[in-house]
Amino acid sequence: METTVDTALAPPARRRLARRSAREEPAWVRLALIFIALAFLLLFLFAPLAAVFAGAFRKGWEAYIASIIEPDAWSAIKLTLLAAGIAVPLNLIFGVAAAWAIAKFEFRGKSLLITLIDLPFSVSPVVSGLIYVLIFGLQGWFGPSLHEHDIKIIFAVPGIVLATMFVTFPFVARELIPLMQAQGTEEEEAAVVLGANGWQIFWRVTLPNIKWGLLYGVILCNARAMGEFGAVSVVSGHVRGLTNTMPLHVEILYNEYNFAAAFAVASLLALLALVTLALKTLVEWLGREQINRGQA
Amino acid sequence: MSIEVRNVTRAFGNFVAVDNVSFEVASGELMALLSPSGAGKTTLLRIIAGLETADSGQILFHGEDATDTHVGERRVGFVFQHYALFRHMTVFDNIAFGLRVRPRHLRPSREQIRDKVMKLLKLVQLDWLADRYPHQLSGGQRQRIALARALAVEPKVLLLDEPFGALDAKVRKELRAWLRRLHDEIHITSLFVTHDQEEALEVADRVVVMNAGKIEQIGTPQDVVERPATSFVAEFLNLDDHGPAWLVEAKIKHRGYVLAVDKELRHTA
Amino acid sequence: MSWGQFWDAVTAPRVVASYKLTFGASLLAAAINSVFGLIVAWVLVRYSFPGKRLVDALVDLPFALPTAVAGIALTALYAPNGWIGHYLQDWWGLKVAYTPLGVLVALIFIGLPFIVRTVQPVLEDVEAELEEAAATLGATRWQIFAHVIFPAVLPALLTGFTLAFARAVGEYGSVVFIAGNMPMISEITPLIIITKLEQYDYTGATAVAVVMLVTSFALLLLINYLQWLSRKHNPEK
Repeated sequence: METTVDTALAPPARRRLARRSAREEPAWVRLALIFIALAFLLLFLFAPLAAVFAGAFRKGWEAYIASIIEPDAWSAIKLTLLAAGIAVPLNLIFGVAAAWAIAKFEFRGKSLLITLIDLPFSVSPVVSGLIYVLIFGLQGWFGPSLHEHDIKIIFAVPGIVLATMFVTFPFVARELIPLMQAQGTEEEEAAVVLGANGWQIFWRVTLPNIKWGLLYGVILCNARAMGEFGAVSVVSGHVRGLTNTMPLHVEILYNEYNFAAAFAVASLLALLALVTLALKTLVEWLGREQINRGQA
Repeated sequence: MSIEVRNVTRAFGNFVAVDNVSFEVASGELMALLSPSGAGKTTLLRIIAGLETADSGQILFHGEDATDTHVGERRVGFVFQHYALFRHMTVFDNIAFGLRVRPRHLRPSREQIRDKVMKLLKLVQLDWLADRYPHQLSGGQRQRIALARALAVEPKVLLLDEPFGALDAKVRKELRAWLRRLHDEIHITSLFVTHDQEEALEVADRVVVMNAGKIEQIGTPQDVVERPATSFVAEFLNLDDHGPAWLVEAKIKHRGYVLAVDKELRHTA
Repeated sequence: MSWGQFWDAVTAPRVVASYKLTFGASLLAAAINSVFGLIVAWVLVRYSFPGKRLVDALVDLPFALPTAVAGIALTALYAPNGWIGHYLQDWWGLKVAYTPLGVLVALIFIGLPFIVRTVQPVLEDVEAELEEAAATLGATRWQIFAHVIFPAVLPALLTGFTLAFARAVGEYGSVVFIAGNMPMISEITPLIIITKLEQYDYTGATAVAVVMLVTSFALLLLINYLQWLSRKHNPEK
């Protein structure tokens, strides 16, 4: 008799107990960990992001717009777009070429090449900038001969583009190398057997397989290209209206205690960061969909 | 120590994996839970172990209700299909794990642990592998180590989930015979899950045949082979090949008349 | 430049003070991030809560946000009149911005995603069966974490630590605003290089840069070694 009562009453209570299986922590531990994680992220990630926008609109919309369309800001925006506009496509080409060479062919010095590709990530951006100064600066290796031909690289736009290219070089290649290595060479070999030439293989076989990884690399590459500060700061010379990118312009405004304007320009860069994250999440999702479909 | 499963039901959404199942494993018995893949037998085994909870029903160990006992306190030995050995620990440390995680006042001394582990390694005939890491062992060796690890905590019952499922045919046959001999030696109440008929019939004292979450028949290997309770059991055990003959379904046509036989006509010895 | 000049340039008291700050703060930031980054990764992998996907995406913010923007935002927050800084000042009398603590805060910001993103996939891959096996053997939840899960994610955690540390050592943009850049106290090594460059002391700048480069290479080797170690210990992967 007792057992029947037991089983009749037990199920709902038991279901609640069942929540805590062998792989779960007690509820209070879970809540505490979630709280710690979110509090930490709030203090170090979310609050700074909010601070940018709060600072940007502190003096209202009009001041915000004014500090963005002001000529020096405008030229900084244009220079940033130019630098990214050159650096990203070139690094796209270099990145695909490097990844292709590393993933699909065997050659001497391959592991050296892989290490070199990573170099810009492990070198301080300030040191990267310094390297360009030492090569192209007035006292650098090519400095005197460049000066003779009246070509300016350091403290001029070409230096900014070069420095941007250097620090953003790894993004595309690093994204593609593991992807292309995992995919192997079978599909390409099949295409060769079927009579396709090199270009056809690349456009019809390789590219469709790597498109999401490629896009992912390009998005990150672009974000860094537009946001690079240290390396560009060293080679720029900070000539207002001429060699200032957006991040450098932010620095100048900030050091002049023009905080509202500094945060206004910074908010554009923060917006870029948010768009980057959104696109990145979308691309990750689409890439996963493609893999799932491939497996189905 | 007996295991009793009483009216256990477990559903995942609309899919009823275990449907009001009751049976008992007698103390010291080696029982097989046999059914095709995906028929809820692993779920049932995990419910008995406390790794999963039933929607309703009870699990009793030696007549005592263990339904709400946490997995760590049920004192069941569980052997996984893919061994689940800790790969950053040596074989010795794997087997000693269950003893070392005991609260201090229950924890055996260092020497006691060493003696115990070495004894178990001898029992599974692998005492020369104590210092190896799992990835240096063959599949059959790993499964024997997993068994030794489960036995180290002196479980009241032993549960094995497709213990030989990941092994190749030859090793599977050897381990099967070895498990039977081992059980004859230590007599621990054991329940093992398998989809391999031969395995169940050869090793177990008694067999529970399940289909679609329900029990079709419980009996000794001889029972289920000679007197299959349902057509499912007969078909699943492939009795056409080596069992007695019976008629499951037939239609006899003669001059426009049809005689349908829809009841099982069984030849009984 | 002779060896003697090189040695003098890289061991000047102000430069040595900057090494101590840069490497010390980087080490501490990476250590703090290892603890909290592991918790963040754990929470993102194991638990569900409203807004989780958004939080997950925002963890990469330090990768995407230009360092100068991060720098001025952190300064505004942690300055004595900032949202957070003014509480720290009022409650504990703690000054963060324009002190070595400010350097630490910026380096924590910069390094967090390195830890989370290296630990997260490994944590996702820890087999449920290993935890269940430990549970049937009587281990408590904490013992399962300490003896089964943590050893499995440790190589990834170390890799993340090294990546975060390497990044922090070279970091410039997010630090210069919040550091206050007081010589001997809150001046980082990359800033020393910039200062020397602005004074047209190219050889001095290069000498300090060489020290940083050598350290970077050593770190790179260490990362490769750690990855090799983790492969060795997880041979089935």
